[in-house]
Amino acid sequence: MTDGARFQSASDQSLVVYFGEKITLDSHQHVRQLLRLLELEPIPGVRNLHPAYCSLLLNFDVLKLSHDELETILRRYLGRLEDVCLPEPRRIEIPVSYGGEFGPDLDEVATICGITPAQVIGLHASVTYVAYFLGFVPGFAYLGELPDALATSRLATPRRSVPPGSVGIAGKQTGVYPFATPGGWRLIGRTPMAMFRPDRSGMSVVSIGDLVRFTPVSRAQFVALENS
Amino acid sequence: MSVIQVQSPGLLTTVQDLGREGFGPLGISPSGAADPISLRLGNRLVANAEGAAGLEMTLLGGTFSFPDGLILALTGSDFGATLDGSVVDPWTSIEVRTGQTLRVGPARSGARCYLCVHGGIAVKPFLGSASTHILSGLGGFEGRALRKGDVLHIGSVSGTFRKRTIAPQARDRLAPRQTLRVTPGPQSNWFSESSLRSFYSGIYRVGEQSNRMGLRLEGAPVTQSSGGEMITEGVSLGAVQVTHAGLPIILFVEQQTTGGYPKIANVISADIHCVGQLRPRDEIRFEQVTLETARSLLVEQEELMASAELILE
Repeated sequence: MTDGARFQSASDQSLVVYFGEKITLDSHQHVRQLLRLLELEPIPGVRNLHPAYCSLLLNFDVLKLSHDELETILRRYLGRLEDVCLPEPRRIEIPVSYGGEFGPDLDEVATICGITPAQVIGLHASVTYVAYFLGFVPGFAYLGELPDALATSRLATPRRSVPPGSVGIAGKQTGVYPFATPGGWRLIGRTPMAMFRPDRSGMSVVSIGDLVRFTPVSRAQFVALENS
Repeated sequence: MSVIQVQSPGLLTTVQDLGREGFGPLGISPSGAADPISLRLGNRLVANAEGAAGLEMTLLGGTFSFPDGLILALTGSDFGATLDGSVVDPWTSIEVRTGQTLRVGPARSGARCYLCVHGGIAVKPFLGSASTHILSGLGGFEGRALRKGDVLHIGSVSGTFRKRTIAPQARDRLAPRQTLRVTPGPQSNWFSESSLRSFYSGIYRVGEQSNRMGLRLEGAPVTQSSGGEMITEGVSLGAVQVTHAGLPIILFVEQQTTGGYPKIANVISADIHCVGQLRPRDEIRFEQVTLETARSLLVEQEELMASAELILE
């Protein structure tokens, strides 16, 4: 399965391993297995790991290790991937208040998709999503796949600042913005859940590989949850 | 424990060290000093470990008072600092007496000035580092830029003051360049020959909206030839990504950890500190080098940083 892995230097101190060029659960599994193996048996000189849909970028100290040396070591790791046990995925429920000021793009998404706002909410909350990886900013989980009927393009002009907790969709992905950041995904709702808390064990509500569902809640429930 | 009182914070002053590596899987980028060479040199001047926390000032410095006196050094860009009205030489350690006030002015060139104090700035580390990640409000002093009235604690100190200065020849060799050397990016073959030529021959202007996350560049747009479907992937420090509009963005110390734009090039490690001294409207160019050259330049730089001739006592 991993014979087809492709290596590509990204900078003078980083190397990317690609498991295919498509988003599949198989390539996701390989990314997780390699990440897990590298966490269990760190390679001296490797400083950071950036997992994504079907690739893993390794940042390393080029004064200790060359690209070729790292690739050779990684090929040995790849040969052992099938033996890597992954932890059982956790199931995470994220309460969301959809529409209104919390989901300013809900109506537009409905129009683009040719369905009602209620159907958008129903579809978004109908699926169990896989957390493919965390990226962009601390605790931002890339969740997929969104039902085909909801696939929409990003905003032509990203917002300068998206309120924390905003639930966005883009292409076949969905996710929750943990912090006030710029963002180009269409916003359909907001969660009262703090997605990233430095004082909590694990810090991020969602970890790579978790199974995530969104539960619609009323505005009153949102407020109650926010205060609890 | 001695303290620094912030009388005015300047434009954007944060606590920074050399960043927190290893938390990419959580989406956390290293952050840390935008010009790590200057922070390391400042720490050397005040007899700290190279990675101790200091203050990073941006474009306009702050005013600080020291009720207990201490040893400090200013490095990076010259912000025209004075201590009780007398000019402070940058790149040199000085002893500050009880009650003196340091005024750091506007940048005369470059973008960032570092204030390092003997003992280092003591803040509660987040994931092993004192550096501030402004966007997420994590690390540093309360996760934010300094404000008037803040009081910063200094770590423990030992030994007596010795005046130290960075050798002028070493400073020249480490001076920020406006031609950034780059290696090819992972998607450089997505760009046509003519796009690559225009990228490497063009002059780019640093945009006003640039910050520690990234520097937006203005200039001749770089067009992609193969409109390949980009799948979001990990990105490295100094990656030059090209937006759909063809404008390059250099991902910097507070970078997003993954991204969905193709990368045409990547600034070499030995030139990252130069990016930290770029300010809006500066004009830069890119020069392509091989991975081998990038490595030798880094080896050379680290040899200089470790050499006996670096610091004059």
